Amino acid sequence: MRKIAIYGKGGIGKSTTTQNTVAGLAEAGFNVKVVGCDPKADSTRLLLGGMAQKTVLDTLREEGEDIDLDDIVKVGYGRVRCVESGGPEPGVGCAGRGIITSINLLEQLGAWDEKYKIDYTFYDVLGDVVCGGFAMPIREGKAEEIYIVVSGEMMAMYAANNICKGIKKYAQAGTVRLGGLICNSRNVDNEREMIEELARQLGTKMIHFVPRDNMVQRAEINRKTVIEFNPEHNQADEYRKLSRAINENTNFVIPNPLAMEDLETLLIDFGIAN
Amino acid sequence: MLLKHTTKEVRERTALTVNPAKTCQPVGAMYAALGVHGCLPHSHGSQGCCSYHRSALTRHYKEPVMAATSSFTEGSSVFGGQANLLQAIETIFAVYEPEIIAVHSTCLSETIGDDLGQIVNKARDEGKVPAGRHVIQASTPSYVGSHVTGYANMLEGIVKYFAEKTDEKIRQINLLSGWVEPSDMRELKRILKIMKVKSVLLPDTSDVLDTPMTGKFEMYPKGGTTIPEMVSMGDSMQSLGLGEWATQKAAITLDNQCKVPFDIIDIPVGLKATDRFIQALAKAGRVSIPEKITEERGRLLDVITDMHQYLYGKRVAIYGDPDNIIPMIEFLVDLDMKPVYIVSGTPGKKFEKRMEAILSERVPEAKYKNGPQADMYLMHQWIKENPVDLLIGNTYGKYIARDENIPFVRMGFPIVDRIGHSYFPTIGYMGAMRILEKILSALMDKQDAACLEEKFELVM
Repeated sequence: MRKIAIYGKGGIGKSTTTQNTVAGLAEAGFNVKVVGCDPKADSTRLLLGGMAQKTVLDTLREEGEDIDLDDIVKVGYGRVRCVESGGPEPGVGCAGRGIITSINLLEQLGAWDEKYKIDYTFYDVLGDVVCGGFAMPIREGKAEEIYIVVSGEMMAMYAANNICKGIKKYAQAGTVRLGGLICNSRNVDNEREMIEELARQLGTKMIHFVPRDNMVQRAEINRKTVIEFNPEHNQADEYRKLSRAINENTNFVIPNPLAMEDLETLLIDFGIAN
Repeated sequence: MLLKHTTKEVRERTALTVNPAKTCQPVGAMYAALGVHGCLPHSHGSQGCCSYHRSALTRHYKEPVMAATSSFTEGSSVFGGQANLLQAIETIFAVYEPEIIAVHSTCLSETIGDDLGQIVNKARDEGKVPAGRHVIQASTPSYVGSHVTGYANMLEGIVKYFAEKTDEKIRQINLLSGWVEPSDMRELKRILKIMKVKSVLLPDTSDVLDTPMTGKFEMYPKGGTTIPEMVSMGDSMQSLGLGEWATQKAAITLDNQCKVPFDIIDIPVGLKATDRFIQALAKAGRVSIPEKITEERGRLLDVITDMHQYLYGKRVAIYGDPDNIIPMIEFLVDLDMKPVYIVSGTPGKKFEKRMEAILSERVPEAKYKNGPQADMYLMHQWIKENPVDLLIGNTYGKYIARDENIPFVRMGFPIVDRIGHSYFPTIGYMGAMRILEKILSALMDKQDAACLEEKFELVM
């Protein structure tokens, strides 16, 4: 089983990219599990055709620790097994602790038992790694490959670089490695070249460049991935390519995060400043 | 050797604390709340915190210490403890019927960001606090400060909630007590009575944590500062805080909220600090010092002069809480003893300044340190480098005393292996005599046990 975590700046399109990629892998015949690690619990919406999922933490709160796996795992598009950690309302409690609790509980309940024959697990993690809880998916070898969703916007690149600092810290002590950058295009000038250069300097590769297309939004409104909503569309092929790239990827590294000045130089060299 | 791994050589440490000279904030918050009549302390956190804090107090005071808990589970730590606290407040008023619930936070509830003020207000809005009953709160994360900080925070929470200013001043003073024993609180009241100074003592744990055996369990014993007394504090002429660490916050709150001016002085331990206390009382209460007090002082001076030869030049290591050991160290210097090693786990830059003022001329060789790394391990290392004649501090010092064969006087919190502290005060002139008695007994017992036969004295 390959264990993958997707990180990236908030609003960059992690959940959309993850679910479309997962749909691509599922279509190709792989058994996939998605664990949403975002208190908003919207990481599996497109696979399940809506926010149909009761979260692990809600279940824990309402029913206590005596939980059946079937209460919290829903099967969606392409037989993908979907779990949402969930979390507290904004402003109270501890969302980071929620992720730790939830992943521990899934392990206790045997969510990764042999009998499920899972080929891929995807952890979809919110925004930045702001505390130990959000780093949970990359601790103790839970996820072993990380992909960072990024665009040519400065703050997205800044966040990607920051996430690399987190990965480096855990990579030196464990098995987690950076698998590459996924560029989710925002139609910034020179975006492809800039992200390729950022990837090079981080010591990794841009694994795929996903062009911007309104079809993604249209599919989202219909609560579907592009692959399910319009399988013939060019954008569906882009996600298929991305899932193939991940499937064939063998380039796993410990990243070298950039100094702030180097990151700014990169932006200047590639023309945002002009 | 119980502490055989303690090495002589002191190495610089940046992170590790070994045998800290302090404990958790909520222990202090609980103790302060117990000095309020009809008050049930409530720990907003996991059950283990509450159990530990209760037992820490019970072991020291040898009295059952009652406190409630929000009983956090995994779910509460993720979703916040609001639901638990609301339920707890409802249940406690229905089942245990206290007049006041004093809620304090814990590391866990602080870290997840529970807002006690907001939750308590919500409980009020939802009618969970019956008429005439009260809920007060204090924020007490243990990774900040020490048990003394928790005591100070709860004291501040109490006066913030209760003290009210009306247009009429009352001819009384507020006596904000630092962390002292129930016996000391009783002694404070005795002195106030002799001085004829009307006052509100807050907190007051006498008749709460030193109750007589009657065969009947009282959930809320008769002692403790009452609600009318606490309300009236806003109209007092002046506040007198005993111990900067424990009482300054509450004194400032009373000043800001009710315009009651304040003075902060030391806890009256020993000769000079008691002199200052008596002077301050006389000034604040506009009374002259009665003969009876002067006589007590005279008796203390007599004991000191009689026994000076046994005290002179004796090297002492002492540890404890700043408010308590600062006047104690000053007293030791006045006795011509040499407090050479001093540690306190409670942080606060003022400590070093006070130490310098007391020690720099009379005991220039003294080593002192406070804050997280000022632990018993460091003090033990200093003792190994150059021994002392006497060790003064809480029960945790007994390991060092045994290993190094040092006479040991128990003072401070906690004392869990001897009795007496709850019943015999160590403040005021009378208390100073008790301290002297204990120091002399410890020194002389060792002399009697260890001296050569030809040096064995009948009369000492």
